[in-house]
This record gives sequence, C-alpha cells and structure tokens, in this order.
Amino acid sequence: MLSLENLTHTIDQALNRSFGPTTVLLVEMAMLSLFAIALFAVLGLVLVFMERKVSAYMQIRLGPNRVGYKGLAQTAADTLKLVIKEGLTPDSADKFLFNLAPFVVMIVAMLLLAPIAFAKGCQMWDMNIGVLYITAVSSVSVIGILMAGWASNNKYSLIGAMRSGAQIVSYELSAGLSIISMIVLTGSLQLSTIITSQQDGWWIFKGHIPAVISFVIFMIAVTAETNRAPFDMAEAESELTAGFHTEYSGMRFAFFFLAEYVNIFVVCAIAATIYFGGWMPFHIGHWEAFNHIMDFIPSVVWFTGKTFALIFLIMWFRWTFPRLRVDQLLNLEWKYLLPIGMFNLLLTTAIAILGWYF
Amino acid sequence: MFLADYIKSVYNGVTSLLKGMRMTGYYFVHPKEIITQQYPEVKQVLPERFRGEVVMTHNENNEHRCTGCTACELACPNATIKVVTRFDITPDGKKKKALETFVYHLELCTLCNLCIAACPTDAIRMAQTFEHSVYDRKLLTKRLDKPGSKLMEGVE
Repeated sequence: MLSLENLTHTIDQALNRSFGPTTVLLVEMAMLSLFAIALFAVLGLVLVFMERKVSAYMQIRLGPNRVGYKGLAQTAADTLKLVIKEGLTPDSADKFLFNLAPFVVMIVAMLLLAPIAFAKGCQMWDMNIGVLYITAVSSVSVIGILMAGWASNNKYSLIGAMRSGAQIVSYELSAGLSIISMIVLTGSLQLSTIITSQQDGWWIFKGHIPAVISFVIFMIAVTAETNRAPFDMAEAESELTAGFHTEYSGMRFAFFFLAEYVNIFVVCAIAATIYFGGWMPFHIGHWEAFNHIMDFIPSVVWFTGKTFALIFLIMWFRWTFPRLRVDQLLNLEWKYLLPIGMFNLLLTTAIAILGWYF
Repeated sequence: MFLADYIKSVYNGVTSLLKGMRMTGYYFVHPKEIITQQYPEVKQVLPERFRGEVVMTHNENNEHRCTGCTACELACPNATIKVVTRFDITPDGKKKKALETFVYHLELCTLCNLCIAACPTDAIRMAQTFEHSVYDRKLLTKRLDKPGSKLMEGVE
C-alpha cells in the first residue's frame, strides 16, 4: 500500500546506497528544513484563507471570492503585497532586537514541528520526552514577543508584550496540567508511544470524564497561549492598535502573522495527538472488522482531518466569543481553569490507579 | 454556599458560550442566510420611493409634459433647476410660454423631492439610478429635456 512511511524509507535507502552516513544525514536534514519551510508557507496560505472564509460565513458574509477560483488566490496576493512592502524600522527602536524578534518567533514555531507525527512513521524526531519538549519550547515564543514589544520603543507595543507575557505564562500552567493528566493515563512522554496507546480507542473516549475536562481546559489554554481572540490581549486592536507588532510592517509583520497560524496548527496537532490519537484511525476496542475498515483511510488523512477540525473549533471560538478584559482573563485562569485542572489531575490519577478507564 | 455558586457560575458561563456557538454554527452551515450583495454583478432592487436623481418623462413620440411654468425652479431650495423658456406664437395670435431647455444641477441637488411635488403637470419624477460618480463635476450638470422634444398635446 502506498504510504508516507514507505516513501520516506525508499528515499532513505536510496540515499544510503549512494552516499556515506554523514552525507545522508546532512541531505535528510536539508530536505526536512525545506519541508518545514514549505509547510510554513502552505499553512500560512491555507489557514489565513480558512480563517477569512470561516469568519465570513459565521458573520453572514461571503468572504474573499474575487481573486482566483472562489477567492483561493486571495492569500497568495496578500503575501505578494506584503513581500513588496517596505519593512520599516523605527528610528528610536533597538534595531538589532527589533529585526531579530520576528525570527525568534518563527524559529520557535518551526522547532515545534519537530516531534509532531504527521502520519504513520512520518515524524522528524521521535524523542522520548516529546511532550516536555513541546511545552518547554512553546514558552520560548513569549521571549520573541517581549523582544518585539520592548525593541519597538512604543508604548502600545510594550503594553501588548507585557500583557502577552502575563497571559502566556499563566495559561501555560493549565495547558501543562491538562497535558500531565493525560500523561498519567498514557504513562509516556514519547509522542509515538502516546499514539500507539490509542490503538483500541482515542483517549478522549477511553479517559471519559477527566479526559473531556482536560481537553476543554487544554483548548481554552492554547487559545490564550496563541494570543487569539477571545484572549487577544497582546494584540487588542481596539485598545493597542496591534499590540506587540504595531511597529512592524511588510514581511516582518507577515512573519508574526505566519508564526501565529503555525502555532495554532501545532497546538491543534498536539491536541489531536494526545486526545484524538494523532494519525491513529478511529478504532473501537477489539472490533477487528470495524478497525480494519478504518485502517483503509490513510493515516495522514486522519491526522490532517483531526487537526483541521480542532483548528476550526478554535476559529469558531474566535468568531463567537466576546473578548475578555485583562482582569477577567487572569480571573479565568487563576480562579477557574487552574483549580479545575488540579482537581482534574487528582481525578485522573485516581482513575489511573483504580484502572477505571477503558 | 460558596462551592454551589462557583459551580453554578461555571455552568452558566459554559452554557451561554455554547448558546453563542450554536448561533454562529447555525450561520456557518446555512449559507442561505448570507446577506452580502455582490454589488457590480447583482444589483439591489431599490424601494419604489428611492430618490436617485430628477428626470423628465418622455413618451415614445419624444414628447414631454413640461409647460415651462418654472414652479419647480421656484420650489427648489438651492437653485438646482434652471428652466429656460421661450414664447411661442399660437395659431390664434396669442403668446404662449414654452420650454426651451431644462437644466438640472445634480451636484447641487439634495433630492428633497420639492420640485416634483410642485410640478402641476407631472413632467418630472425621481429616477432610481444612484451611480452618479464622475471625474469631472461639469458632467453632473444635465439637460433633462431630450433634444427635439416638444410639449405633449393637451397638457396645459
């Protein structure tokens, strides 16, 4: 059967036949970086278009429908415009940090792609502490945002960056706690093991009530972590013009924009991996025939389908919910999500010890 | 009771958010609800009483109903209309006022409808056109009577 696993194996073997191991490693790394950049570009185009269409339909509008077939070329045209635009650096800005910040945010988003399993046997780096790596690296992006806000030498940018710092640092706690409560059930931090542990059903079904609670908390927390509405305190168009990227223009602004969308993809991919089995098809216990039929759908379709369903959910949040004030935002985290998350962790641990899951 | 209030607030928050998501979800899966009009291709049907600009009605024989009485010119609050009249000699030797040119300044018009209300012979009316933008404001000064048109029989 044609699968991505076979494809990668074939390429690997072909390279190994003709080159030495060091050259093969270098060539494969180059191919992977090319793949990451291509994925970035494609995700940027697709997700921005999807966001605009989803928002339009939810607001009883049509959305972009003029450029290209049904408006599909709209985002490509927008990107072209951003590339052509002048990248302005303010006079009184800290030039080095100002120019560095968008790349820091981009690199963090790229690093997060490393442990994600895109399909069966299609994973860049299957490290044994994958989940820890993701939570650790994703919090580095706050440094890029603070850098941008500070270096812009603009009050709006600084306020936006400080808000973003407060927000990301606090919401990381609940995101981490909800992941930990699922780690208690899987018993492994390695993403491939987490996925194979869902062979007889996804954790959201196997872990029943605590898994659902932790999933809800995780989705709320990652929406806040990616600085999206209803938690867009860092950008806050109505108060801070554009928050930390007020002073950015042209392609450097596009980098922030792109990094935001790739971050959404990454957190949704992680949620899909932990709660919905990543590339694992929909299996029910030991119904061999049913499971076998489900296996016919390629694993990459399962992965992208789940991820995009979750991305749609996050977009749905954005275009439905009213924005929160800063104090409401921190209230929600410290008075609601964190206590519920801690209680949920306790519940999950009890269930794991007593074996009350499927 | 503190804990009951806490759980109640969480429950109320979640249900109200879900209610909102149901609304937007409904719109998302019902594209029929979309109210956007794709303007240049699909033009809106305007209400009957929409006032776009003043026009003079002509019948198929290129005849209008304007007697040149200048009631509209007098009724206009901001000198939008200028009626130029001439005197015709009728067969029985009497002088009779007739319309020479009917000049209409769209750039001055507030579309107040007073000229149409003042017209005793229903010679002018409001049209539903609304795409009036031009590059030269001289183009907005219009002559409403068609060239070679004459007064309709029986209109006094």
